[in-house]
Amino acid sequence: MIELADVSFWYHGHDTPVLADVSLTVGEGELVLVTGRTGAGKSTLLGTLNGLVPHFTGGHLEGTVAVDGVSTADRPPREFAHLVGVVGQDPLAGFVTDTVEEELAYGMEQLGLRPPVMRRRVEETLDLLGIADLRRRALRTLSGGQQQRVAIGSVLTTHPQVLVLDEPTSALDPTAAEDVLATLARLVQDLGTTVLMAEHRMERVVPFADRMFYVPGDGSVLDGAPPDVLRDMPIGPPIVALGRLAGWDPLPLSVRDARRRAAPLRAALAESAPPPSTAETVDPPALTGTGVVVRYGSTVAVRGVDLDLHGGRVLTLMGRNGSGKSSLLWALQGSGPRQGGTVAVAGKDPRDLSSAKARRLVGLVPQNAGDLLYLERVADECEAADRESSAEPGSCRALLDRLAPGIDARAHPRDLSEGQRLALVLAVQLTASPPVMLLDEPTRGLDYGAKEALARTVAELAAGGRAVVIATHDVEFAAAVADRVVVMAEGEIVSDGPAADVLGASPAFAPQVAKILGPEWLTVADVRAALPEAVR
Amino acid sequence: MGAGSPRARAAAYFLPRDLHPGAWWVWTLGLAVAASRTTNPWLLLTIVAVVCHVVVVRRGEAPWAMAFRIYLVLGATIVALRVGFRLVFGGAEGSTIVLRLPEIPLPAWAAGIRLFGDVSAESLLGGLYDGLRLATMVICLGAGNALANPKRLLKAMPPALYEIGTAVTVALSVFPQLAESVLRVRQARKLRGGTGGRRFHALRTIVIPVLEDALDRSLRLAASMDSRGYGRSGTARPRARFTTGLLMIVGLGGVCVGIYATLDGSTPRFLALPVLLAGLAVALAGFRLAGRRVRRTRYRPDRWRAAELVVAASGVAVAAALFLTSGVDPTNLNPSLTALSWPLLSWPPLAGVLLGVLPAFLTPPPEPTDNADVADAAEKVTA
Repeated sequence: MIELADVSFWYHGHDTPVLADVSLTVGEGELVLVTGRTGAGKSTLLGTLNGLVPHFTGGHLEGTVAVDGVSTADRPPREFAHLVGVVGQDPLAGFVTDTVEEELAYGMEQLGLRPPVMRRRVEETLDLLGIADLRRRALRTLSGGQQQRVAIGSVLTTHPQVLVLDEPTSALDPTAAEDVLATLARLVQDLGTTVLMAEHRMERVVPFADRMFYVPGDGSVLDGAPPDVLRDMPIGPPIVALGRLAGWDPLPLSVRDARRRAAPLRAALAESAPPPSTAETVDPPALTGTGVVVRYGSTVAVRGVDLDLHGGRVLTLMGRNGSGKSSLLWALQGSGPRQGGTVAVAGKDPRDLSSAKARRLVGLVPQNAGDLLYLERVADECEAADRESSAEPGSCRALLDRLAPGIDARAHPRDLSEGQRLALVLAVQLTASPPVMLLDEPTRGLDYGAKEALARTVAELAAGGRAVVIATHDVEFAAAVADRVVVMAEGEIVSDGPAADVLGASPAFAPQVAKILGPEWLTVADVRAALPEAVR
Repeated sequence: MGAGSPRARAAAYFLPRDLHPGAWWVWTLGLAVAASRTTNPWLLLTIVAVVCHVVVVRRGEAPWAMAFRIYLVLGATIVALRVGFRLVFGGAEGSTIVLRLPEIPLPAWAAGIRLFGDVSAESLLGGLYDGLRLATMVICLGAGNALANPKRLLKAMPPALYEIGTAVTVALSVFPQLAESVLRVRQARKLRGGTGGRRFHALRTIVIPVLEDALDRSLRLAASMDSRGYGRSGTARPRARFTTGLLMIVGLGGVCVGIYATLDGSTPRFLALPVLLAGLAVALAGFRLAGRRVRRTRYRPDRWRAAELVVAASGVAVAAALFLTSGVDPTNLNPSLTALSWPLLSWPPLAGVLLGVLPAFLTPPPEPTDNADVADAAEKVTA
């Protein structure tokens, strides 16, 4: 179905190729998972399949890419619309029309299909993706998961032979991501379409992937069965890390597999003490919020929440989209709306202070961290940050070097990877040295490596005596960093306690390790530390 | 009961659906043209009443349908302004002086302009009639907006104009996104402690991230459209493209001249109907030529069915009635301003205008919109 023969690709002005001499064949009905760090060339590899690379992106491609016998060299991407369906990361950015039904029909209109055929296929696709009740809705009013399902549907209506998905869930929260991945899994079983998917929530896709391509970033592509490729890959989901630690072979790919294999490990762990849960703090809180109320018109986002934050502790704030996490963070920082309640940091309410003074008490990194950056060079941003917080010249750069060493001062902030950009924004906000630091969804779009780096940074911040709050959907990340977990629903706090108590016992929030080994074990690091030397 | 029985046919006819937007526009334009032919306040008010009734009965629940109220307010403002101007800038043409205001003497360089002074009933009435006519036409346009979904109108464009339709749709969806990112970036700016200082700097710190965002998004949209087959079947040789372009421009030019001549009684008659028809023919030829090379199809296109014909015909009938009666009895349509008297209303034009209310009874009701959708949208806006 797909044939890549000796493919090499360079972007303009770069000496090193993104792909070097890659030869791959994908057969009909196969599901291939493409993995690798951000920026390693996954998107480039996927883009070659319908000719967007190089026809749209520019650059130089050698070798041939052929889909169903048609080479991308002599035809533009639009001539592949009936062969290859492409779904990107941000569904909203790819929508051309504005209602669900019209979006599903758009591709078919371009192909010139007859109206009765179009009508039939739209109805079929609505059912296939379970979005029939959304048919008249405006695309902008849908939730992220619904939008992504519409985006998938809109390429399926042309009945493509190959479906290419470039990180379809990276911009979604876990429930929406589950939704989309479950839909995809069913489609693969039912339709037998050839699917190539880049996805960093590997654990959800690995169980039904036939093959795996690993793009390490040096231009090569590793090809093999999932367990074989995973064994040698430096990145991987916790379940694989646990499997490696325990020396299981072949590696288990699902929680079920691992649980069946885990009895000896559980026995070994039973003898050693579980990780000590962090002791209760008695020192006065760094931030006290009482009865915080945030409302937008008649919608109540936060309903009288009381929250104390203590220095040196990491709190993660969890809950579904729209449960009031972001509104609470903005209200605590003082620049968001707050209709009731009090917030006190060192005896002052940040809302009553000028924004320049408020950020010295409470720092916030918003969901779209890049919004904070507006200059052309990293060095300029750092200088501006020093000026804004009247700090010593160079203090922002020093912070940045500690968080993410080796960022080129002349680089454009937009050219940085997600992780580096996050580090830059964090450094900018830390330059004001606030005792309380709030991070809103920092893990969105980060790969495993970048998440680990962020976890280290957060631990350092806490060790420096700061109170850190992280709003996140990412259970594994929360398990790795949190001392205390607060779960919100409908603007209220529904559970609040030490991480092990809140996360371990909950079926929805339990991290993979807890599902395999029991609620007192949250992370692979805990297990590694607790295992007796002999077993290690 | 077979499908052929009159009752079954009537039931099918009155099934709720959205009519072709073109039909509503023909109707509203017909009424607007009728309004342009008369200054008789009774007739104008009847037209407004007819329009309001049809709009209230046949509009959907979409935001553009709810905007009709704004047009009514606009109409009232126009009337008030017209009359107000006559008061302020002198209205002494005529003999019946109803109001004596002190005239404010103006310096010599403002000769020709009078401020206050005597006000005659004739000039006030003139202002009222004139304003009422303009207001009625504006309200007719508002009705078109309220009854016809502007997006469906874009969809109903001839294939030759497909590209323009796509561009407009995309642009419409970009605006809310742009507003959203401006809001987001402004909030983010506060997190960096504001910029405190020069305005230009502050502007730049917002404009640059927003523009970068917009550029990014449009690139992704272009990639998505390309990979979904946009422009796949629309390639034409430059020569053919030039011919169609020329035909369309010449034709539309002819249509403009023709319409102007038809509405303005003083232009030579050979410029009116003949030019209008010729222009229409040339433009249609251009559209057909451009449309022929397009192998694209439409999903669930709006079709002209009986109900659409009824709507369009009723609009055309109103316009035609006022054209015909103006030949018979011009004083009734344009009441005299020199000899003051109550404007008279005669049966033929009134009956003609009342034809316009037929769509309120003879068309299917609009399709109910998804209430959840509207509620969700409102929620998103407030959040």
